[in-house]
Amino acid sequence: MSDAPILDVRNLEKTFGLLVAAHDITVSVPAHQTVGVIGANGAGKTTFINMITGHLTPTKGSIRFEGADITGLPSRDIVRLGISRSFQVAQIFPTLTVFENMAVAAAIAQRKPGLFGNIATPVRSAATDAAADAAIDLFQIGRYRDVVASALPQGVRKLLDIAMAVAGAPRLLLLDEPTSGISIEEKFDLMNVVMAALKTRKITVLFVEHDMEIVATFADRVLAFYDGTVIADGTAHQTLDDPRVQELISGVRLKAGAHA
Amino acid sequence: MQSRASLFGGLALLIAAAAAAPFVPPWMLSLATIAFANALVVLGLVVLWRVGLVSFGQALYYCIGAYVVALSARWTGFTDAVALVLIGGIGAGVVAALIGFLLARYREIFFAMLSLALSMILYGVLVKTESLGSTDGFSVETPTFLGYRPHGAALGLTLYWLTLAVDAVAALAVGLYFRSVAGALAAPIRDNEIRVEFLGVSVTGIIHTKVIIAGILGGLGGALAAMSIGHVDPNMAYWTTSGGFVFVTVLAGSGYVAAAFIGSLAFEALRSFAYDVIPQFWQMTLGSALLLTILFLPDGLGSLVTRLKRRRAVKS
Repeated sequence: MSDAPILDVRNLEKTFGLLVAAHDITVSVPAHQTVGVIGANGAGKTTFINMITGHLTPTKGSIRFEGADITGLPSRDIVRLGISRSFQVAQIFPTLTVFENMAVAAAIAQRKPGLFGNIATPVRSAATDAAADAAIDLFQIGRYRDVVASALPQGVRKLLDIAMAVAGAPRLLLLDEPTSGISIEEKFDLMNVVMAALKTRKITVLFVEHDMEIVATFADRVLAFYDGTVIADGTAHQTLDDPRVQELISGVRLKAGAHA
Repeated sequence: MQSRASLFGGLALLIAAAAAAPFVPPWMLSLATIAFANALVVLGLVVLWRVGLVSFGQALYYCIGAYVVALSARWTGFTDAVALVLIGGIGAGVVAALIGFLLARYREIFFAMLSLALSMILYGVLVKTESLGSTDGFSVETPTFLGYRPHGAALGLTLYWLTLAVDAVAALAVGLYFRSVAGALAAPIRDNEIRVEFLGVSVTGIIHTKVIIAGILGGLGGALAAMSIGHVDPNMAYWTTSGGFVFVTVLAGSGYVAAAFIGSLAFEALRSFAYDVIPQFWQMTLGSALLLTILFLPDGLGSLVTRLKRRRAVKS
């Protein structure tokens, strides 16, 4: 395994007019690490993810993925290079069943290269069906296989969103608040399924999360965002014990759960 | 397999339609030729409809296909029908490819209105062009078929068969397209463009392709219609012509490729029947038919097949 970082972000900055949404972000992520991202709403976490995935173009700075500069590329090209993402609000196809959702994602992942790849590849084949069912098993949503996605419970929607995001075998996955909208009892179950699945697929993960217990449980390393930049970066314990992080971000919430 | 069943079904319909031709009176044959030529435009609208887009200006490509045929014959004396149909389709396809850069960025009513506006520009230009006969248009040279020069009834019959042949190729190609990733992404794009982009696909690119496919089909239809009618005029680009195609698309539904052809034939038959029986109120008859379709068959004539299948599935 090489020591070169899979993701290398330098001096990233994003401004909207006079508003500085992100500035001086420098982060390097080695392969197979699980990175938690914490910070209050508006601290720049989603802006950070949006810049890495090409949803937003940085005003300054550079983003390198596996050594290649991807700054400012359109999302679909970044996805093809091997970075995928899930969304705070699950982005799925509501009129299709769970299986059909996965089959579409699998077909896109398996399409032939070239300008006419989308036309030259049939949407259904034994290979896409098998890939779709394997993903459904991996994320443990087999019970809902033939349910139309608009009728799914929130947790299953989230799992389906993430399962579709990894259909194209990305090496880096960014999860934007995977447990938002999920009840406290279900959060850990969901994260257990997701993290086990991603470990099986050997995917490097960067996830945004508000629940400090979940962050402490699942992240090897935690980045704390405040006012558009990273104010603490270290192991989960180092970051969560940092006095500035406790004062500005976790505060009361950590005290409540710190000695659990 | 389902695909094999629909292939054989389509083939059976094609053979029946081709074999019936010599026993049908000429007026009916010419009606069927126009219907099957127009069905190509409708098939193009179905391609767009599946992704949730309605074009109220598909007559643009129909008119381009028709004028390309008429002008080629007029300016160069070239009258080979097979080549002219191809040129008509390619001409309209090229225009669609250019317009697509603009159109593929729009959705919903904006897509519909922009396509309508573009078709009306062509209408306006043709109306003002006196060298092309202005509002009267001009007539199309009698086509030849790879050296064969039929007249009268034989001409009508040959044009009809040529139309069926083009239809068969188009239906097969569109059927294959619907089974490809690009074709099958219609419902996903309608549902959620963000997810499609983040699966690594350019939504604009897919929609652009669909605009081109619909344009080529429109051009092929216009080319065949021009030869069959023997005349072209700016009304072929007028918005009521586009509206007629949308009407047939609603009537046919987007579920089946074959529905475009059956729907188009039903529409032409209904129009000619209404015109013959109650000439003062023929539009009212058509309007009532559309209303009844929307009320009782919201997914079009094609959904009759779906309902039949479902009933059979319940029984077994």
